[in-house]
Amino acid sequence: MSTPIAEIERKPLTKKEIAADHPTWCPGCGDFSVLALYFKLIEKRKIWHEKITTVAGIGCSSRFPYFVQAHGAHYIHGRALPFATGVSLSRPDLHVFAFGGDGDAFSIGGNHFNHCARKNVKLTYLVMDNQVYGLTKKQTSPTSPIGFKSKTDQWGSMDEPVNPMRQALSAGATFVARTTHTNPKHLLEMMEAAMDHNGFSFIECLSECTEFFEGAFDASNPRKGGEFRDMPAGHDVTDEIAAYKAAAEPFPGHFGIFYKVNKPTKNEKEAEINRRSREKVQGLADWQILQQNFDRMK
Amino acid sequence: MSDSTVAATASGGSPKISKVSEAVIRIAGNSQDGIQAIGGFLARLAGRSEQDVMTFMTIPSTISGGPSIFQVRIGSGEVLSSGDEADVLLAFYQHSYENHIAFLKDSGVVLYDTSHVTPNPEWQKKYRHIGVPISELTIEAIGGTAKDKGKNIFALGLIARMFDLDVTKLERLVAERFRGKVATVAEMALTAFRGGYGHSTATLGELYQFTAPQKRDKEQVVMNGNEALAYGLLAAGVRFGSGYPITPWSDLMEMLRSELPKYGGTFVQAEDELAAVSIAMGASYAGHVAVTGSSGPGISLKGEAIGWAVMAEMPLVIVDVQRGGPSTGMPTNIEQSDLNIACYGGHGDCPRVVLAPASVEDCFYTAIEAVNLARRYSVPVIILTDQAISTRIEAFDMPDLKTVMQDLTPDLTPRADHKAYDLKAVDGVTRHAPPGTRIASGIYPVVTGLEHDEVGHPTSSPKLHMSMTAKRRRKLQALARTLPKPELFGAPEGDVLLVGWGSTKGSLYEAVENARAAGDSYSCLHLRNISPLPEGLEKIFDGFNHIFVVEVNDEGLYGYGQLAGLLRSRYCDPRIKGINKTDGLTWRVRDVLSSVKERLSVPKH
Repeated sequence: MSTPIAEIERKPLTKKEIAADHPTWCPGCGDFSVLALYFKLIEKRKIWHEKITTVAGIGCSSRFPYFVQAHGAHYIHGRALPFATGVSLSRPDLHVFAFGGDGDAFSIGGNHFNHCARKNVKLTYLVMDNQVYGLTKKQTSPTSPIGFKSKTDQWGSMDEPVNPMRQALSAGATFVARTTHTNPKHLLEMMEAAMDHNGFSFIECLSECTEFFEGAFDASNPRKGGEFRDMPAGHDVTDEIAAYKAAAEPFPGHFGIFYKVNKPTKNEKEAEINRRSREKVQGLADWQILQQNFDRMK
Repeated sequence: MSDSTVAATASGGSPKISKVSEAVIRIAGNSQDGIQAIGGFLARLAGRSEQDVMTFMTIPSTISGGPSIFQVRIGSGEVLSSGDEADVLLAFYQHSYENHIAFLKDSGVVLYDTSHVTPNPEWQKKYRHIGVPISELTIEAIGGTAKDKGKNIFALGLIARMFDLDVTKLERLVAERFRGKVATVAEMALTAFRGGYGHSTATLGELYQFTAPQKRDKEQVVMNGNEALAYGLLAAGVRFGSGYPITPWSDLMEMLRSELPKYGGTFVQAEDELAAVSIAMGASYAGHVAVTGSSGPGISLKGEAIGWAVMAEMPLVIVDVQRGGPSTGMPTNIEQSDLNIACYGGHGDCPRVVLAPASVEDCFYTAIEAVNLARRYSVPVIILTDQAISTRIEAFDMPDLKTVMQDLTPDLTPRADHKAYDLKAVDGVTRHAPPGTRIASGIYPVVTGLEHDEVGHPTSSPKLHMSMTAKRRRKLQALARTLPKPELFGAPEGDVLLVGWGSTKGSLYEAVENARAAGDSYSCLHLRNISPLPEGLEKIFDGFNHIFVVEVNDEGLYGYGQLAGLLRSRYCDPRIKGINKTDGLTWRVRDVLSSVKERLSVPKH
């Protein structure tokens, strides 16, 4: 079934081997940083070509799979998570990474975000949050701050933005982290921790849209006179209330792992159902299991 | 009770026994009375007695209660439909009696519960009335207080006596049904059954006996269309699925949820229809052939994802258990009005495969065919069933499961090179390489909804869009060439050709038989491959003066239904006319024939 080549003989992939199309993103786009660190993660963690599974929905950031030389799926708008769920539940040998933007995650795909989180499906979801619709050229996004002037809110955005951290916590995500494209070291650290988490791991990565929302995240970028604040020392990642408090802080807030608990994954629970069901049909071939049903219908 | 011949006559006060080759029994009550259970027992007994059987039921869309019927037609020969009229009406309530007496044959028998039904003197002249205090006697028999419990089984006993059914087999069926429940439940059921069976034959008057059925080589199984379809998917090797509750698809979903884990598979109840199709799609992408399904509005919601599967060339099986539409429509009624969305739903040029099983047995084999076509042609396949076929019980030959069972473990064999959308592939047919497949060239595929090049990277090249669009079309044209020539029922030439699809096959065949018996030269062409259509249909059409496409959907703006529209656009034959109805019920044989007569009598313009 799997490759006969002993994995031990294989060298980690180089960036050259993992990079595919040149990204179509605008110069200065924060998404470049996420892509570069995804390559680094693959290299560092020795993920082999055939095991990389990159899934995305629709949006600028969702173009991601084209830029990775590996198995990838560019699915429909908002549905990357259910698609990734199907991969994760049916193929325990793969670790699935889903990428997307704030529109994909919190607007058109909002329902799936909540349910994938509460089901604790084993996969990593990284949302590149630029607080604007970029691919369609500057409409209000579900994370746009109040007052943000867009083509659909010429007078400034009026609706309360989604707070991704709070959303993830209340949905029951078991790994909730926040990072930014301007701190590559931190970004990689979060990606690694997310990948190692047994369950649904969610990362919000601030990713500036230089074209339509320039300077949105300057307050979190020391190079632009802002401040990058790590989670306070002593933050207990299993303390849900503390995580909510951190999530409620005004922008730019803190970065790091807000919340991380171990709970049985949907993958494990389904596997347990399978184990118990299989016990009852032990030693039978598939056709014999079906024959049992047919015999009852005689 | 056709072909009824009196074989034994009354002597010494014992009731007269007539031999019958078939009987239609309509059981009318409320949905919580367990009338489906009686019908189910009768159907299963027929299957075990080498008889043919077909059932028909209506369900109220209320959560609990509401009038409901279950009709079962048992025959020692072939049974094509569930019967236009009943020989016996078993009526539990006044409303059951009043609403269903019209479906009784002249001089038919009404068996009614005197505890709830007051007979109408006018009708008593026309039909033989047998009143039995079913509710009271049931309480007496089982000594229970729960008034309505067990009266269905008591009534089953009455019917068993009336038709001299095999009591040993029936008792075994009752015992099997309640196996696993507490012993008292099974005992109570058997007591109720014996109470009914032991009821004085004097009240029943004339008794019946089925003529001996033809000996069959194979054992028969008895199940409904949903069950056959679910088992077909399992036999095809499907090990992953996802769905969202909606009537009448839910039953199928629940079965898959409980059965799949035994095979190491999984079925996920998703948060919505979009997630359901997407979770299944993810599993297909991961190398399985996954299944999703729905009914009514759920199919509309899945539309975008189905378009993606066409574009990305991903195998997927979508079951559409049709119901009355549009919108929420009539959730528990029958309609064949999803043919258009199945064939054309979605934006863009979006060819896909559409199959419509014609019988319960065909549900089993269609599921397997759907899975294999999805895999072979990397394409979404929609199976169109409907409320009628999904709840209808039929008997059919036990399949050879050892031979039929397929293994669809994802194929992750490493390959030297792979182009997901190879334009040089014969007939445009390419196969998906799932994640986990090592590709030595180092060029990996991206599957995508954007127009793409051969490895799946986006393009806006007109040339590539032209050739990729053609690729997606060509592979289905190649598929069409492999389809068997559809069977014609009846002579290849004649006056009238009835064309049908899906669950109506039996009624249309019976209509042809009846018409031929009456001297009319009718034939029937029944289609189960809806998209692509099999080739050569025009040659069949040439043999007839009139072509009527009989469907359970509206005649549309231009006077013909959805399949008729497809055939007209395909064959440009203005003789193709529609016979349509939207009453939410299956076609009755005589209604088909009277509609044809009516259409033939309309003077030509």
